[in-house]
Amino acid sequence: MHKIESKNVNFYYGTNQALKDISLSIEKNTVTALIGPSGCGKSTYLRLFNRMNDLIDNTKLEGQILIDGVDIYAKSTNVDTLRKNVGMVFQKPNPFPKTIFENVAYGLRVNGVTDKKFIEERVINSIQQVALWDEVKDKLKKSAFELSGGQQQRLCIARALAIQPSVILMDEPTSALDPISTAKIEELVYELKDKYTIVIVTHNMQQAGRISDTTGFFYMGELIEFDQTKNIFTNPKEERTQNYITGRFG
Amino acid sequence: MDKDLKISRKKKINQAIAFSLFTFLSYFIVAILFVILAFLIYKGIGVLSWGFISEMPTDGMTSGGIYPAIIGTLILVFGSMLFAFPVGVMAAIYMNEYVKDGWIKRFIKLMTNNLAGVPSIVFGLFGMALFVNKLEFGDSILAGSLTLGLLALPVVIRTTEEALKAVDDTFRQASLGLGASKWQTTSKVVLPIAFPNIITGLILSIGRVSGETAPILFTVAAYFLPKLPSGIFDQVMALPYHLYVISTSGTNIEKSREMAYGTALILIIIVLISNLAASRLRKYFGKKVKMN
Repeated sequence: MHKIESKNVNFYYGTNQALKDISLSIEKNTVTALIGPSGCGKSTYLRLFNRMNDLIDNTKLEGQILIDGVDIYAKSTNVDTLRKNVGMVFQKPNPFPKTIFENVAYGLRVNGVTDKKFIEERVINSIQQVALWDEVKDKLKKSAFELSGGQQQRLCIARALAIQPSVILMDEPTSALDPISTAKIEELVYELKDKYTIVIVTHNMQQAGRISDTTGFFYMGELIEFDQTKNIFTNPKEERTQNYITGRFG
Repeated sequence: MDKDLKISRKKKINQAIAFSLFTFLSYFIVAILFVILAFLIYKGIGVLSWGFISEMPTDGMTSGGIYPAIIGTLILVFGSMLFAFPVGVMAAIYMNEYVKDGWIKRFIKLMTNNLAGVPSIVFGLFGMALFVNKLEFGDSILAGSLTLGLLALPVVIRTTEEALKAVDDTFRQASLGLGASKWQTTSKVVLPIAFPNIITGLILSIGRVSGETAPILFTVAAYFLPKLPSGIFDQVMALPYHLYVISTSGTNIEKSREMAYGTALILIIIVLISNLAASRLRKYFGKKVKMN
């Protein structure tokens, strides 16, 4: 069974069709990069996987998206449960105005976990997973805003990991970071793939090439090509893909 | 080449003219405030003394202090905020966080804006009809506070809404993305971030409410009541109404003229203090939830 499966997905903002007939499948414990020029629909598509687009008025979805074989848009699907299973990391680091500890504990607390010891263990474990522990272990009670941008972004990843999702969505997670922080995040993504299935939207093609197993190229709401990353970058079947990755447009 | 030079000179002159005009106008506004203040201080400083703010009025309000009016105004401000703050903030939360875009939202917005445009004397009449007569609160702190609260409501709703709007959407998405409910998101993430701006709005509306005369005219204000209230169904004196009374229908207008300026000065000082407190609190809380 595929981890994520998308069947003939159409998506509309009002009458404007943002995604056209997207079908693809994503395997467990892989990193999938979604690339394409601005406005091509890749972020919109990513946000379908945790139903973040539900927050926008006047949108419409056709087709099916399955995670672990379950239709996530079915009436019987609980959105909160889905979102616990599908974590998200955003473009700009956005820690909550809370302490470093409470940022990571937030997901547990809102889901009704009260066991202090359990929360503490989980928080420490999550911070260790994003390789931030040595940098913050002495200031867990300090505000998360005291961290640097790169540290904040890793904290946001830890925040997502704390509730143990199986899928992590990343929406251009390094576009606001400096090269060193970017490298750390990329390394982290590579390590996290052992435990999680990761879908990442990126503008940076080198990044897609470095960290992903499969790549999907979006253009004007269509999925032009979806294949092993090495094939996309060395031997694309479509001319438009070729043009984009060689920098002829985008 | 020559032509380019000419254009760039012209640009510079235009810029200089525009900037000096803007500079002049902004200093002009400050100057107006200072002229008003200076005028009031010049006319009213003579009566200011500890006794003026701590004693009851005497001799038909031509001497003594304005203590009950100060206390009355403070009570009314507090009472109106007790009503307007929770109602206004909750309404704004509903408008910004819950209701979907559509005609209902537009309708509520339009009505809130209209409410803000209703003349304060109309609020006074309405308060008299509803709170004083229909609900039989009588001329009382309760009726006056509610009427003033209604008046402050649009300001509180507006500023709270703006404060909520300024909170970046990705904070909401991050919280919801962790499986939090909408209410958890609003109360634990959005409100704390918006709090400094909400507080500012609250205090600005305090400034507005403390100076209003018309809404308290028929609902609470006493012409002369040289004692403090003992409950929420008592009448009180209030600064703006007291000022009105001793300048228009006092027992001896000429004699109480100086006291009127003193009263106005105290009123302005209260408003200035509350505005100053607003910016202080904003800075204080802003530091606590610093955005990046």
